[in-house]
Amino acid sequence: MPLPRLIPCLDVAAGRVVKGVRFQGLREVGDPVELGAAYSEAGADELVFLDVRATLEERSLLPELIARVAEELSIPFTVGGGVRSAADAEALLAAGADKVAVNSAAVERPALIGELAELLGSQAVVVAIDAAGGEVCTRAGTAPTGRDAVSWAVEAEARGAGEILLTSIDADGTRAGYDLALTGAVASAVSVPVIASGGAGEARHVAEALGIAQAALLASIVHERPSRLRELRVELRGLGVPLRDAA
Amino acid sequence: MTVPDTAPRNDPGLHPAGVGHRVAICDYGAGNVRSVLAAFRRLGADARATRDPADVLAADLAVLPGVGSARSAMAGLRAAGLDEALSVRVAAGRPTLGICLGLQLALEESEEDGGVAGLGLLPGRARRLREGRVPRMGWAPVEPDGEAFYFAHSYAAETPAAVARSEGIVAVAQAGSFLGVQFHPEKSGPAGARFLARCLSRA
Repeated sequence: MPLPRLIPCLDVAAGRVVKGVRFQGLREVGDPVELGAAYSEAGADELVFLDVRATLEERSLLPELIARVAEELSIPFTVGGGVRSAADAEALLAAGADKVAVNSAAVERPALIGELAELLGSQAVVVAIDAAGGEVCTRAGTAPTGRDAVSWAVEAEARGAGEILLTSIDADGTRAGYDLALTGAVASAVSVPVIASGGAGEARHVAEALGIAQAALLASIVHERPSRLRELRVELRGLGVPLRDAA
Repeated sequence: MTVPDTAPRNDPGLHPAGVGHRVAICDYGAGNVRSVLAAFRRLGADARATRDPADVLAADLAVLPGVGSARSAMAGLRAAGLDEALSVRVAAGRPTLGICLGLQLALEESEEDGGVAGLGLLPGRARRLREGRVPRMGWAPVEPDGEAFYFAHSYAAETPAAVARSEGIVAVAQAGSFLGVQFHPEKSGPAGARFLARCLSRA
């Protein structure tokens, strides 16, 4: 298996990186390209950019922002938020993204996952699942769907997802640790890589998640200070997590 | 000859190696062309994306990138006449680099999509990965020196032309002037930039 990955997540709204607690109270924390470069230099294994308001506001994503990121960075990055069609996804990849993440649109029309996998290859298709109490929620966490997160992950894999990005809304922004029970249930149910998301507060939390999932999404824990990522890598190595030598 | 418009992040200290080298990146509708182009430009190379076989024949280094499905990628290569241009280049001993799907397309065949005939620049075939989580996604050490590169693949080469492996999987294969890598050097940070600089310095 490849080495465990640390993936800073930059939530973007109106072209700026933002962060909230339990998906509410968004505040600005910086410029996406500058922060992306800072994370890359601090040893990020990948980056995720989520346009957290794209679906709510029915806005299209910003291909020019993606192009700037692709020019600057030499690590993989995923873009998500508001992807509703294979054409949307193709435009993001053409702008320089390596993968697209789909969430609401895939729940509303699951065949979208297969269309994306057919057009882009499964390796470029991340299905993002936001769950509260084990239930899938869409539209930036505002709409409970009644679907079970584990069964949706299994269906997403069968339809062509290449990765599952699993966010616990209950844990998001709390810095109290990942939802290990939910992460474990999804990771055992699928054979594609799983990215654990929501709740990282200290190195021990990340190490716990990486014992179950193949990657950990990092937001609050590194957003105050991107150089925190470099320290986190050292702490994780100290805890026995085999990270790559990012020099 | 072009000069890079921005200094590279994580400057590998090798970017002058690329200055003046003409790099033709095959743009046939199945590539992460933009990232590959940016990676070579950061190294100072005169890199361009092209679907013109004449550009591919004339360049100091030709690059066959690729992500997605083997069948549609081969169809795109043939439609543009790039399959022929790559074969002529390699027969003439001109440096040619295949990345990820570009390595797999260079083989004799792939078992993807029910079987797809490849370019035959490398002996062997691409087979679906059967162990671990698939797609195999992330950074993994490449032997012999153990430096980590970024991989994202569901198929892998089985070839006697392998020259380096990662976790037992073919990571680099070479036959004549064709060099294929399963990992994405353009997405592998400073290690990837150093690898591409070495490719340029030999072109």
